[in-house]
Amino acid sequence: MKSVVLDCRRLLCPMPVIRVQNRVDELPAGTLLEAVCTDPGALNDIPAWCRINGHKVIETKRSDQEYIVILQVGEAD
Amino acid sequence: MMTQQRKAVALISGGLDSLLAARVMQDQGIHVEGLNFYTGFCVEGHTHAIRKKDQKKNKRNNALWVAEQLNIKLHIIDIVEEYKQVVFNPKHGYGANLNPCLDCKIFMVRKAYEWIRQKGFDFIITGEVIGQRPMSQRKDTMPVVARESGAEDLLLRPLCARNLPASLPEREGWVKRDKLYDFSGRNRKPQMALARHFGIEDYAQPAGGCCFLTDAQYSVKLADLWRARGSKQYEMDDIMLLKVGRHLRPAAHFKLIVAREEGEGSFLQGYRKQFPHLNTTSHPGPLTLIDGRVEEADLLLAARIVARYSQGRDAAEVELSYTDGTGETRLLKVEPLKPHEIPKEWFI
Repeated sequence: MKSVVLDCRRLLCPMPVIRVQNRVDELPAGTLLEAVCTDPGALNDIPAWCRINGHKVIETKRSDQEYIVILQVGEAD
Repeated sequence: MMTQQRKAVALISGGLDSLLAARVMQDQGIHVEGLNFYTGFCVEGHTHAIRKKDQKKNKRNNALWVAEQLNIKLHIIDIVEEYKQVVFNPKHGYGANLNPCLDCKIFMVRKAYEWIRQKGFDFIITGEVIGQRPMSQRKDTMPVVARESGAEDLLLRPLCARNLPASLPEREGWVKRDKLYDFSGRNRKPQMALARHFGIEDYAQPAGGCCFLTDAQYSVKLADLWRARGSKQYEMDDIMLLKVGRHLRPAAHFKLIVAREEGEGSFLQGYRKQFPHLNTTSHPGPLTLIDGRVEEADLLLAARIVARYSQGRDAAEVELSYTDGTGETRLLKVEPLKPHEIPKEWFI
């Protein structure tokens, strides 16, 4: 399964969500996208964005000063 | 024959009014999706992650939260670059501060109009209410928004539609005008009652404080930035930094951004490669960025100011490290300024 890492470090909300949204638009369904953020708000916002737009959050985690959300791109409408 | 389900895009700010406007449309069987524009000045964006005292606050993004309550898709659009022209040259002028509210609304509705044409949606809805805002939501300016955005009668304001001429969706019978509302003025009670009717109890505080440009102190800092640079211009980093730290301008050609607490210090750390900066070494103290060009005398003055905000403020001497724009570092020893030696005019 294809996996992509997206660097959202130093971006403040809602820029990490916008970056994820724009990247997801380019990826085929099923792709895993790992968003690496430094704004803790991303742990709420990216999963919320996924829920309303039909993508699946696989995992959220913290490491040091970073907040990581791994999602799976859903089917397009 | 089955009637075609009409599609509307709602401008979602995250406040109650746009939530209600979208909900009213859903009640009439309209398919609604949300648009949220990020200008760079959105309060909710910047403030979450910086100050340590704010880090325990609820970090939800209200626009996303509203979309989730409505069970609609939300498209967040980055308009930071295009929006600069709205901030620099608002045709309809600024409000009480540097807020170009009317031009802003026209711009956003125009973007929404482009969006519906591209995506095959039928019309646009907003949560505007006549008389609620002194600039963009007046009886005489609401037609200006419709006209100058190009949206014309494809713009429907469900909360006050009955005070306005019928829009195309009403005339065509896509929505029932008698099930729209006639709210007006600054009184929020009708919206609160409608929220109760829909069973909505939790919502963000009434709109108005969602843009830094409406903030007097922020606007003063932005005006200072433009004055110092000799023209109206900004980059994303500039407008972020205006929100962080204590800003002092001891001379026209440089200013200091002094972290006020740990969270701001961590945030400013990210800018150390872009700005010359000062760090106290003999005592705990704030990281300070220098914006502008400094001569030796300016630097010593800057160091004395930073020392004043360090824990060595009462010491005879404080040692600091200065890192210039090339990354070269050297040590400085200075006597901290006394609080009364810092003129009020230096604070931006």
